[in-house]
Amino acid sequence: MRRLKEALIESILFLAAASSVFVTLGIVGILVTESIPFFEHVSFWQFITDPEWTPLFENAHYGILPLLCGTFLTTIIALLVAIPLGTVAAAFLSEYVRPNVREILKPVLEMLAAVPTVVYGYFALLFVTPLLQKVFPSMGGFNVLSAGLVMGVMIIPYISSLSEDAMRSVPSHLREASFAVGASRIQTAFRVVIPAAFSGITSAYILGISRALGETMVVAIAAGMQPNLTLNPLEPSATITAFIVQVSLGDLPHGSIGYQSIYVAGLSLLCLTLCFNIFGLWLRKKFQEKE
Amino acid sequence: MESRQDLLSNIKRRQMWDFCFALAGLMALMFALVTLLALIVDLAITGVPRINFDFFTNFPSRFPQKAGILSAWVGSFCIMLTTAFCAIPLGVAAGVYLEEYAKKNWVSSLIELNIVNLAGIPSITYGLMALGLFVYKLKLGQSILTAGLTLGLLVLPIIIVTTREAIRSIPNIIREASYAMGASKWQTIRYHILPYSSGGILTGVIISLSRAIGETAPLITIGALTFIAFLPTSPIDTHLPYLNFKWLMDPFTVMPIQMFNWLSRPQAEFHVNAAATGIVLLVMTLVMNGGAIWLRSRFRKKMKW
Repeated sequence: MRRLKEALIESILFLAAASSVFVTLGIVGILVTESIPFFEHVSFWQFITDPEWTPLFENAHYGILPLLCGTFLTTIIALLVAIPLGTVAAAFLSEYVRPNVREILKPVLEMLAAVPTVVYGYFALLFVTPLLQKVFPSMGGFNVLSAGLVMGVMIIPYISSLSEDAMRSVPSHLREASFAVGASRIQTAFRVVIPAAFSGITSAYILGISRALGETMVVAIAAGMQPNLTLNPLEPSATITAFIVQVSLGDLPHGSIGYQSIYVAGLSLLCLTLCFNIFGLWLRKKFQEKE
Repeated sequence: MESRQDLLSNIKRRQMWDFCFALAGLMALMFALVTLLALIVDLAITGVPRINFDFFTNFPSRFPQKAGILSAWVGSFCIMLTTAFCAIPLGVAAGVYLEEYAKKNWVSSLIELNIVNLAGIPSITYGLMALGLFVYKLKLGQSILTAGLTLGLLVLPIIIVTTREAIRSIPNIIREASYAMGASKWQTIRYHILPYSSGGILTGVIISLSRAIGETAPLITIGALTFIAFLPTSPIDTHLPYLNFKWLMDPFTVMPIQMFNWLSRPQAEFHVNAAATGIVLLVMTLVMNGGAIWLRSRFRKKMKW
């Protein structure tokens, strides 16, 4: 009797754990099945080469390139802010700051990640953009630059927190060895600690990239929602996520091509994120072999 | 051989580099913190004068001065309740399984890998999944229930990970002592492991709810209304059984969506309302996070095995 109860409880708990796998299957399954009808209308070739994305217009074009362009542009700007600042902050916290000060600074930095993204959107649109317009008077109210910069600040804690954990888990005898042969703190940090923690730092970067690719509200609010094939960060543009928001705000009839197009956009986003994760995994493997 | 002079200048140069890097680190931290401060101050200057009692008890309106966030905060509250009911039991159970039961085989490593990957999946794809699965396949409609389930699944990995950390920090002697008294595995978990790790689990729950309360994109995708001037059905009935769950199927709006709606209008008066909503949201998330951090450090200090 008791054994039966134990087995029952174990299987219930197992189902709970397995539910996370069902979530993934659900996401992939829904995105794929809802995207298939789209590709019966639009050829894959047209999808990846057409320079326009106007699925809701009379004269519809279905080219993902403008959305990809906007997504990459905002992501690159965000990473240019977040990776250097996040890594330097992590090295500083792990190698220079006393532990009790770190215990205060790290949670404060993590507050940045707790701020709701719609609040960051407000900040980008009504604080950063007017500020940037003083530098670039030609810039419009919606632009990629301010969205990217604000997103970068938002991502700093994701990168710094995980990198700092990785750096701190480097055994201290490595540091002591480095100090013993006369290396300074900065030499130890860059030549011993960071290389040793590199696989952890890589996963921090990958998480940061995933965040930036999938970030929605900041770009939907501050970058405008006009698919625009441009590399000029002063112009408005739309990311994949912003397009999904734009369509969802309207009345989309279930089964229409507009409805399907958001699933295609979502699937492209998921594939993109997946590619970066696999790349990160490969990079980590490569560096672990070296040790 | 290096002369003493060279050595000294060498040391000096390295010390200078060291100092420069410390300065750069400090600047990087300060840059992030000053931005956070600028964000808070900017919001507060614009938004705080707008916050009064009427702001919380009025429905949204065409007139910015009259508009309030009643339907938004009630919606946020109802959805948080649903999210908590969905995510806490599932997350804690999954955490317990992975930490106490899972054997080292491909099934458990698949689950673990999957949880790590879920953290990187964009939140808006959860919204798309919910639109396809909950709204159209399971016909739950664009309701509070759909929204709660969506956010519940979204924050599930946070609860699983923090539950596991909390359980892992309990030393084995506790388990062994319990087994020695003849307790079964489940009894050990139920009466020892779970109570002792409740502090850590609570931290995870608070953090996940503070994440869910600010989440906007997946709710826009499943069709949250942006203008809603009524409240969900009251959960209290006049006749037996005095409780109903009709409110679960009602349409909703939440505070971040209300803020987004006001933000996307051209009139500056609505932007003031957006700032005020932003302040309410920010205070809630920061208080919740601060509470979680405080709780974590308190439990860390108190626990001495």
